[in-house]
Amino acid sequence: MAKRLEGKVALITGGTSGIGAGTVRRLSAEGAKVAFTGSKAEAAAALCAETGASFHAHRVQDAEGWPALMQTLRDSYGRLDIVFANAGIEAGDASVEDVSLEAWNNIIAVNQTGVMLTIKHGLAAMRANPEGATGSIIVNSSMNAHRAMGNFVGYSVTKLAVLALMKSTAVHCAAQGYKIRCNAILPGVVETDLIRGVINRAPDPEAARAQFNAMAPMKRMAQVEEIAGLVAYLASDEASFISGSEYLIDGATNAGAMGV
Amino acid sequence: MMQRLEGRVALVSGGLRGIGLAIAERYVAEGAKVVLLDLDAEDSAAPREVLDKLGSAASYFRANVAEEADWQRVSDAVKDRHGKLHILVNNAGTDLTGPVESLSMESWRRIMSINVDGVFLGTKHFVPMMAACGGDFKGGASIINISSIMGLVGYSEVSAYNASKGAVRLFTKGIAIEFATKKMPIRANSIHPGFVMTPLMQAGFQRWVDKGFASDPQALVDTMAATTPVGRLGDPSEIAGAAFFLASEDSSYVTGAEIVVDGGWTAQ
Repeated sequence: MAKRLEGKVALITGGTSGIGAGTVRRLSAEGAKVAFTGSKAEAAAALCAETGASFHAHRVQDAEGWPALMQTLRDSYGRLDIVFANAGIEAGDASVEDVSLEAWNNIIAVNQTGVMLTIKHGLAAMRANPEGATGSIIVNSSMNAHRAMGNFVGYSVTKLAVLALMKSTAVHCAAQGYKIRCNAILPGVVETDLIRGVINRAPDPEAARAQFNAMAPMKRMAQVEEIAGLVAYLASDEASFISGSEYLIDGATNAGAMGV
Repeated sequence: MMQRLEGRVALVSGGLRGIGLAIAERYVAEGAKVVLLDLDAEDSAAPREVLDKLGSAASYFRANVAEEADWQRVSDAVKDRHGKLHILVNNAGTDLTGPVESLSMESWRRIMSINVDGVFLGTKHFVPMMAACGGDFKGGASIINISSIMGLVGYSEVSAYNASKGAVRLFTKGIAIEFATKKMPIRANSIHPGFVMTPLMQAGFQRWVDKGFASDPQALVDTMAATTPVGRLGDPSEIAGAAFFLASEDSSYVTGAEIVVDGGWTAQ
């Protein structure tokens, strides 16, 4: 593995499974020191043992917990170069007719306010870097930001909202003269453990898998490693002129209709 | 540096200068064999200088991307020399500015023939070869079309260039879906550079100075930098970084996408 991230410190929210865990592995392999958050302590311990990353039990929507988390990171690492605002949920989501106010508020708390808090605190830490304000912030949105789902209103709304948050952050940082870039990735369906569970629990797992595969013109789901590769690129100095951008990684799903 | 394009063959049109040259340099540094196309005669100074710098991994053919016969000749030559093509960078392009009512039909046809026909013809003539060898590497073969931020948004007195780069953006999405649904091992994406310091940009600046829009080219550079959120122009190597990502197996699920590298310009 090329070591493009040697000497950099990364924070990944929601790092215990799925895209987050894949990114903990990839950024570690590229030489970064990685800290990640989440709530699944057992999975986290195994990932720490495997990668040398550190785990900090914290939920992104816990506003009061952020200062203590950042203090711990400052004490342990002394700097922050990469933030991957990855944590997100869809629990309780439904159509606009059916969604409960509680589920809606909860999804907004994690997917939208949680990302804002991640950026806010990450930015403050990056500004405190010894050589001045430097770093790369990457927001995990979704291809569904531009392809709203009727039965996931909270998810669709929040994933579009964080694109405006990302752009506002990018323009703000640039205007302030910070060398801090901010971009978003918009993945299609990724074959995470979560999706594998959905497939395996379906009455006909083979049919369920075929259905997921058929959603992209490429006729397959993305692998976690493929998403982590894009995050690594945006995190690296190779992406030094990239800020305020949306990066689809969806096997051509949003490029248009599949045709006949 | 680890060589992540070892064993691959790439073609870069407009490869002697600016963004095309930066991409060719990066691909050679990553271990690829690179075929360059441009308009300079094959025994002239510019290709000699570039080939001296890039070494035996690079070769050069004179070709006008707007001429189908040139593409036929180049694809035959690439087949003879390498037998394969894994990475096609349709980079050659030209610009045209001015009030829309002042543009001649001839100048409109010229920019379309280079910026749009050139991308179509390059794709058409290399797809069979790329489909045949796309399975050599994870992520398959990769077509990388250089569009522009001017292919995403309009700009005063840039209408013809806007139209040509917008065409590249959607042509790319069309072929991306076509290849994906047919399970052909070729991905296709567009790169949208913002203001990047290249010879084409410098020539454009000089034209604006000659027209009296600015006192000197540096004033225009300063203006462009000021309207770009990160406060500077891009360097060709920063576009090459994106072209390398799209060529490498790291981008194996990226197809039909727009890769914007603009220092925040379109985020505003």
